[in-house]
Amino acid sequence: MDIYLLEAIVNGLLLGGVLALLSLGLNLIFGVIDVVWIVYAEIVMSSMYAVYWLHNYYGWPLFLAFAAAIAVGSIIGVLVHVLVIQPILGSAPINQLLATGGLLFFLQSLATLLFGTEYRNLGVRLPVLNIDGLYISFARLIAFGVALAGAIILYLFLARTYLGTAIRAISQDREIMGLMGVNEKRIYIITSAIGGGLAGLAACLLVLQYDVHPFIGLTFGPITFMICVLGGLGDMIGGFIAAFIISQIIAIGGFYFSSELAEVMAFVFFIVMILIRPQGILGKK
Amino acid sequence: MTARRFIPYLPVAAILLLPFFLPDYYQHLAVQIVIWALIYTAWALMGRFRLTSLGHGAFMGVGAYVPSLMWNYWDISPWLGIPAGMILAVTLAMVVGYPCFRLKVVGHYFALVTLALGQVVLLVVVAARDITGGSLGMTPRAVGYSWYALQLPDKGMFYAVALACWLVGLICWFRVDGGMERNALEAIGEDEIAAAAVGIDVLREKLKITALSAALTALGGALYAQYLQYMSPDIVSGVGVSFQIVFAAIAGGMYSALGPTVGAAFTIGLNEWLRVLFGTHFIGAANTIYGALLVLFIIFMPRGISGLAEKLWARAKTPPSAPVSSNTQPAE
Repeated sequence: MDIYLLEAIVNGLLLGGVLALLSLGLNLIFGVIDVVWIVYAEIVMSSMYAVYWLHNYYGWPLFLAFAAAIAVGSIIGVLVHVLVIQPILGSAPINQLLATGGLLFFLQSLATLLFGTEYRNLGVRLPVLNIDGLYISFARLIAFGVALAGAIILYLFLARTYLGTAIRAISQDREIMGLMGVNEKRIYIITSAIGGGLAGLAACLLVLQYDVHPFIGLTFGPITFMICVLGGLGDMIGGFIAAFIISQIIAIGGFYFSSELAEVMAFVFFIVMILIRPQGILGKK
Repeated sequence: MTARRFIPYLPVAAILLLPFFLPDYYQHLAVQIVIWALIYTAWALMGRFRLTSLGHGAFMGVGAYVPSLMWNYWDISPWLGIPAGMILAVTLAMVVGYPCFRLKVVGHYFALVTLALGQVVLLVVVAARDITGGSLGMTPRAVGYSWYALQLPDKGMFYAVALACWLVGLICWFRVDGGMERNALEAIGEDEIAAAAVGIDVLREKLKITALSAALTALGGALYAQYLQYMSPDIVSGVGVSFQIVFAAIAGGMYSALGPTVGAAFTIGLNEWLRVLFGTHFIGAANTIYGALLVLFIIFMPRGISGLAEKLWARAKTPPSAPVSSNTQPAE
């Protein structure tokens, strides 16, 4: 096989890891609270700025800055839920989606106001691995590993702990769970914090590979939604698989054509799939 | 009697004619308001029936690019190019709309499919950078003042053209409102299966309104590009524009004919006011306030400014009445 094609496939696989991590938080929110956070990628952007400022300006060690960025993501997540979603939990889902869309404008513009439109680079250089002539970005390798670990930890948390069980239960039947003594409000807030935290974690991995700017959310936001829907909104395993399908389309398409056409192919694939399997690639009819 | 009927519309007509007598800057604002009002009205045509599209930037982009490409490469007048763009936009809407409506893709699934559609158009324009100029944008070849090329340096003239198109949009709105379509579409918006059960051709009604909406949006996109004499994928397509369309229509109120127009006047006026207020020192301040306002609008006034006005008007006329019902029923 062509070594460059192989390289594209491997890098696509690694990109899939980051996309999977991105979609994980969004899927959790959707599965439990039944809300699409259009603002999700902007939470990632905010956390990326947190890493950048804490590390480059205040001189925090990278790992401390990462921890802070995850906390920032969690806090924004809770704020989104308490300030925006909670007051309109009962109204049409599309209104909730649009309200978080307004928040997207807000965060984007706030970032422009505070930080300007410059592209900011973290300045941390990670080596590029050379395995038998195959060039692999180390940053992407780390991202892939962390994404897998994050998914497994989230899975264990949901499957093995009391809180995780309550979260899963509420996503299955939100009316009965209130009667069973589960505090719905509290579960929603915890879920929002975890979802925001996952966005923060994704931000830590993305900031190693991409420059931060206020509009970065628009570049990978739509792809994240696409992956979630493709996997079946709220279906985390489906989303995980979808992330790798999409990343392969982008990687291989980018290899043969151009990166834009590869993305067009991914979006067209998405539109076709949603028509054939609106319930997601793993979902049952 | 017929003469008296038109008296309430006189102030409206006066407001519409006022820009002809104002200085350039205000004419510029008026042209923008009217063009965007047309686009927002087009979106609300389908948006108010719970067909929430997050991809109207796709239709706007097609409408903007097709006439200019035809003019630049084939010397075809925009008078033919604009209808061609509208037809292409409608075709695009049908290609995506037909399977969506056929397979009952509704609610946020529909919203996300349309979002993807907007991205497709944006990326195609960027990818075809050899002919469209990619992200840098393109300008229609300038020939100076020409009606044939629809290049009108005089803002008053362009205002007249835009106003005429906006009126066409409103007439479409009133025709839908007055006809059976409205009842049918409202029934579909409430409960698709029940609507089908009483004999409404759900697929057909949805396709009709989507086609109309796409065509008018493309017209608006064409006007916008012809007015600015410049277009780039970011300003006529893409997620940002698509969201802007949705939000302004909601802010103005998508349930009444003039709501989207109020939304256009409100958002452009607010933006301009904030821009002047903050100057160039605080880039982003205006949009930050705008974004916060949008969230507040959707939470507290889902029917928008015109909805609030109607409610207050109704309350003033008939004291204590039942509250106006808002969207409380799930869209799925």
